[in-house]
Amino acid sequence: MHCDVCQKNDATVYLTQIVEGKMQKVNLCEHCAKEKGVSDPTGFAMADLLLGLGATQQIERGGQPAQKCPVCGFTQIDFKKTGRLGCSACYDTFADGLANLLKGMHKGLKHTGKMPAHLSRRYAMADRVKSLETDLQKAVKNEKYEDAARLRDEIQKIEHELQA
Amino acid sequence: MTFDHIVAHPGQWLRGDGPHDKIVVSSRIRFARNLKDRPFPGWAKKAERLKILGEIQDHVAAIPAMDDGYNAPLQDLTALQKQILVERHLVSREHASKSAGSAVVISHDQQLSIMINEEDHLRMQSLLPGLQLREAHKINNEADFFLEDRVPYAFHPDLGYLTACPTNVGTGLRASAMVHLPALVLAEQINQIVNSVGKIGLAVRGLYGEGTEALGNLFQVSNQTTLGETEEEIIDRLVKVIEQVIEHEQNARQTLLERRANMLLDQIGRAYGVLGQARAIASKEALNLLSVLKLGADLGLFPESTQLAVDELFMTTQPAHLQLGEKKEKLSPEERDTLRADLVRAKVKKIPEPDIAKVKPAGSGKGKKMDP
Repeated sequence: MHCDVCQKNDATVYLTQIVEGKMQKVNLCEHCAKEKGVSDPTGFAMADLLLGLGATQQIERGGQPAQKCPVCGFTQIDFKKTGRLGCSACYDTFADGLANLLKGMHKGLKHTGKMPAHLSRRYAMADRVKSLETDLQKAVKNEKYEDAARLRDEIQKIEHELQA
Repeated sequence: MTFDHIVAHPGQWLRGDGPHDKIVVSSRIRFARNLKDRPFPGWAKKAERLKILGEIQDHVAAIPAMDDGYNAPLQDLTALQKQILVERHLVSREHASKSAGSAVVISHDQQLSIMINEEDHLRMQSLLPGLQLREAHKINNEADFFLEDRVPYAFHPDLGYLTACPTNVGTGLRASAMVHLPALVLAEQINQIVNSVGKIGLAVRGLYGEGTEALGNLFQVSNQTTLGETEEEIIDRLVKVIEQVIEHEQNARQTLLERRANMLLDQIGRAYGVLGQARAIASKEALNLLSVLKLGADLGLFPESTQLAVDELFMTTQPAHLQLGEKKEKLSPEERDTLRADLVRAKVKKIPEPDIAKVKPAGSGKGKKMDP
């Protein structure tokens, strides 16, 4: 049996993992097993390995074939080779294709956990600006110019803080 | 703190007490974090990696928990030193293969270690003895709160923390526990456990071996998904499952004691005999026999101090630890096997013979009727 990664050497390491009731099998030669860190279970995830064996093709279907990350110059071909992305901006560059990949990998597509405190403050402020803008429009429509002026000042104050 | 200090004082996860520490050896929480709009370590050129390292290393070292810690760029460590850190679970095997442009920072108590420029810019992990995933999460969280004000994290409002590998995106959290399940293996119930845990999105893997043929009967239970649940939800789910696994292992131990006491005593006696007399022993055999000896200690057949002795041997019989303190450049596998046997013999010699009376219920007629 040939190694699933290099397709050249004889496979001597056979991996089986059961996740969500699905059995996944990968056969590797000693060289590729070592390279993929298979001997280190603390740092090794089967999904990572499978990612290098076809799952990465999924992102190709999503975006343009010659798409390149404007921030780091990473391409889909690089992802196919390594199973890793180039930088955080790649998540936007390859967003369409990644959505499919992530759907099969995770419990959901929306992060619900922790976020950096300063960002959660910013998000809260941005939300506040949005709701104030709606109030402002209402105030103008109803010709309540005093309220409108107060709302405009408040929006400017928050936006000033957001820029700081 | 110097490297020699780390060598001389193994981390608390090995020596310390924790809830359920007879079955749960250690609990680990890992966060993956990255800098916004900067190439991930695997994609960055060396100069860029060095620059990123320069930008974050001082902040990492300034984390309050890192006071009087260990802080070293990886090119300053020898291959042997890196391997020691791997065997101590302080850095990953992947990180040990890195050199200039990567670093490791370890807290004085060795509970917190942070790898810089591993697969992600920051990999922070907390390691505690026993089942203490929530406590380890707290340690990690505090380090994370400190860094998030100083380092511009890559964070996406929908996808959460952005990581080099899409399998880690979201919380960037990997929670895992190392569990010792000798009775479930002896009773041949381990496959059922592995399968049922697998069905709920968690993974069970052998710590040293592969698949279900785990060496030393040590398994690692961990979450596989990181996006769509909060950190607390992921950890709660894992803790619940581990508590069930503990219960199954305890039941299996009880059942073996009641119905197959002779087989159990035979296994423990043989392990004690071989480990006490072997002149050359390979890592695989040593791990498996040490596991049985550990079970014997858990069941009260050996004095309490045996637990620590066995746990230490699990670590000190690993290749890099054997090489440590040897004058010869690189020991051959045969030399390692001899050295390993010497080490094990010296320790096991101090352990008295198994106290069989502890297992046999009083007046059970030497347990004969219990045997199948």
